[in-house]
Amino acid sequence: MAFLTQSPIDLGALISGVQSASHGGIASFVGQVRDRHGGRSVERLEYSAYGPMAEEECARIVAEAETRWPVRIALQHRVGRLEIGEVAVAIAAAGAHRAEAFAACRYVIEETKRRVPVWKKEVYQDGTVEWVDPTAEAGSAAVESQSSERSG
Amino acid sequence: MPAPITQIVNVRVLLFASYADRLGLESVRVALPALATVADALDHVRSLPGGQQIPPRPLCAVNLAHAALDTRLTEGDEVAVLPPLAGG
Repeated sequence: MAFLTQSPIDLGALISGVQSASHGGIASFVGQVRDRHGGRSVERLEYSAYGPMAEEECARIVAEAETRWPVRIALQHRVGRLEIGEVAVAIAAAGAHRAEAFAACRYVIEETKRRVPVWKKEVYQDGTVEWVDPTAEAGSAAVESQSSERSG
Repeated sequence: MPAPITQIVNVRVLLFASYADRLGLESVRVALPALATVADALDHVRSLPGGQQIPPRPLCAVNLAHAALDTRLTEGDEVAVLPPLAGG
């Protein structure tokens, strides 16, 4: 399965893909499109990617996590046009126990944000358009991660 | 004595997102002298109209993997200049 997809992401399918009888804990992360950024109202997003490199980098990150912890990982990142509330990225990490599942899931989202060549163009309700630069807004990065997390 | 061979390294440089917008192009072929590095390819791109908008030390990749600016280039390499990543 490709890591990048133009279609809506189905977390259930990712979880099904990593489940097995020996895995007692599955952690997941879902990042979704927020309606506000820097005090402005966002209408929609457009994700673009350096596709071939993004696929390679995602494969490397998953392989690293599966080497570092006894887990199986599923990862998908959406590209193209997304509306508010749509899932942009989803991860499922299955391990024998919750500790490795949580640790591996966290590793995969952090490395994905740091290394995978994906860009986000925000279209605001006032009609303006902007490429998002997380390096120019260091203070809000942590808030963004927390507010878009609904994993268990 | 044979004349010294002047070798040229031909690479393709890809631009994305805000950088592609600023330069108005997504890829450019660059001929560099032998022993050229990613930094040399970057210098060329930054000399193009709009290229000054690219910072002096952006993220770069060679052949689909992140690469340091001092990475040596070889014939046919695909170099990518990556704006700040915003996935996730």
